[in-house]
Amino acid sequence: MKYDALIEKYEPVLGLEVHVELGTESKMFCGCATVFGAEPNTQTCPVCLGLPGSLPVVNEKAVEYTIAIGLALNCAIAPYSRFARKNYFYPDMPKNFQTSQYDEPICINGYLDLDVETEDGIKNFRVEIERVHMEEDTGKSLHMGGDTGRIHGADYSLLDYNRAGIPLVEIVTKIVEGTGKYAPLVAKAYVKELRDILRGLGVSDVKMEQGSLRCDANVSLRLIGEKKLGTRSETKNVNSLRSVERAIRGEMIRHSILLEKGEKVKQETRHFQEDTGETIAGRSKEEAEDYRYFPEPDLVPVAPSLEWIESIGQSLGERPSDRRKRLQSAWSVPDKEMAAMVNADLLDTVEASVLLGADPTKARSWWLGEISRIANEKAVAISQLAITPGDVAKIVALVGAGELTDKLARAVIEGVIAGEGDPETVIEKRGFKVVSDDGALIAAIEKAVAALPDVAEKVRSGHIPAAGALIGAVMKDTKGQADAAKVRSLLLQHLGQPE
Amino acid sequence: MSSAAGISRAEVANLARLARIEMSDIELDHLASELGIILNAVAKVSEVATADIEPTSHPLAMVNVFRKDEIRPSLTAQEALSGAPAQEESRFKVPQILGDE
Ligand SMILES: [Zn+2]
Repeated sequence: MKYDALIEKYEPVLGLEVHVELGTESKMFCGCATVFGAEPNTQTCPVCLGLPGSLPVVNEKAVEYTIAIGLALNCAIAPYSRFARKNYFYPDMPKNFQTSQYDEPICINGYLDLDVETEDGIKNFRVEIERVHMEEDTGKSLHMGGDTGRIHGADYSLLDYNRAGIPLVEIVTKIVEGTGKYAPLVAKAYVKELRDILRGLGVSDVKMEQGSLRCDANVSLRLIGEKKLGTRSETKNVNSLRSVERAIRGEMIRHSILLEKGEKVKQETRHFQEDTGETIAGRSKEEAEDYRYFPEPDLVPVAPSLEWIESIGQSLGERPSDRRKRLQSAWSVPDKEMAAMVNADLLDTVEASVLLGADPTKARSWWLGEISRIANEKAVAISQLAITPGDVAKIVALVGAGELTDKLARAVIEGVIAGEGDPETVIEKRGFKVVSDDGALIAAIEKAVAALPDVAEKVRSGHIPAAGALIGAVMKDTKGQADAAKVRSLLLQHLGQPE
Repeated sequence: MSSAAGISRAEVANLARLARIEMSDIELDHLASELGIILNAVAKVSEVATADIEPTSHPLAMVNVFRKDEIRPSLTAQEALSGAPAQEESRFKVPQILGDE
């Protein structure tokens, strides 16, 4: 079934679970370091290995960060919350359980308002948050043997517990309904806004590609007008914003095809495949999971004082949505371009160029135009290109001073990205000589004089104010890159009226 | 979990499945009755747990026991792996994992 047809008939209902690794120095319940990419099993201790006799103690910073997240998501902070053991048999946790929060999460009942850019303009949606709770990350498994690197067919697995015990926060939405055809976009906007909030709070490095922010997407369809929820699938560990949108859209289509054939959607875990954009079936969840949760006897409850919560609340800083509004008005950006900049994730980058002195409109147009184009062409993220906000600020300044034309500036950008060095080096290496060159300006002046002979005559006869029209024509011809004072002085000289 | 009246054979079978312990029919029958006796003994606690007693997960009335976010020395990989039945490439080696995820 095609997407356009399915949304005429079915309503998608989503549920999103986002896991975020907190950026604390040490783990959730022990003092082991949390450095990404360390040698295997060099960041473990008796506590995170679950050795007998070890005693976990809660990392205060992790609690503080979680409260900050809850407040930023408009949640109520529970005066009293507890940890529980989630028991399961899987070697990614050496303890055979994960310490988590179950029926007493620390933050509940929040929401996040989203401006979603759609083909029909910007739409507003509110995603309600069910809970935000603390837990710990699991270890990393390598499945060996077989040929797929997956569990099926593997002969054995190798475990690295460096990640086991890193503070993890799970943010769970209530069901998200009423988004209709925009569901995939709403989900993507939600994860993006969440990521920006978390980044702004400084509680995580939110690197989806490194797994410090991961999204599980529950999707179900029901006939429009139907009250009862359809059977859902849960797509795990969707690891980029684009994948969130693709995975949900793909699941909606897959469900609709099954339903149209009169078949049932299976309640199961699915795995998103980056290359094909499809999901493949994982574990069936038809049998309800039974984790035999019980209160963690080794940890005492968390009961944050009102003073503590208040002081965390006061340190939250500017919300990303407020910041966007502030920058949009300070830089006078039209809505559509603002959305494009936010979508391309360029706000920080453009701001960095502006803080280094670049004109906001010019900086934006280089990042969103030429540089984005090159990134697209190379199929990489803009952040992976070897060009910095400082380079762009420099280029904007050179163009503004009339030392580069737009065309040359594009070539300089290409050179910088190609690794030829900073803008000055590229200009020197490539021998770019520029509009401030008197010759080029004089050529433009001659052109203007030829086009407006009457005006030129007036100036020649001493009527200096008439020069304005000629200066304007030269500026237009040089696309505003020439220095107007310099044009004026050259022009007057040219017409025999030196100042 | 079952009421104070004990534990059914089906519940024992489910627990065995969750704990990945294979049990014969004879063992299930046997354990259902034995566990039932233990549960009944433990259930005596609920006789004193009246409505005015708050449930507790910890014997001490304490909250907010925290540590500062400070790195402490970890074990070396060799130390961490010293108790492992098998290892490879500085990692714990475990048999093929059943199930999925
Ligand atoms: Zn540890």
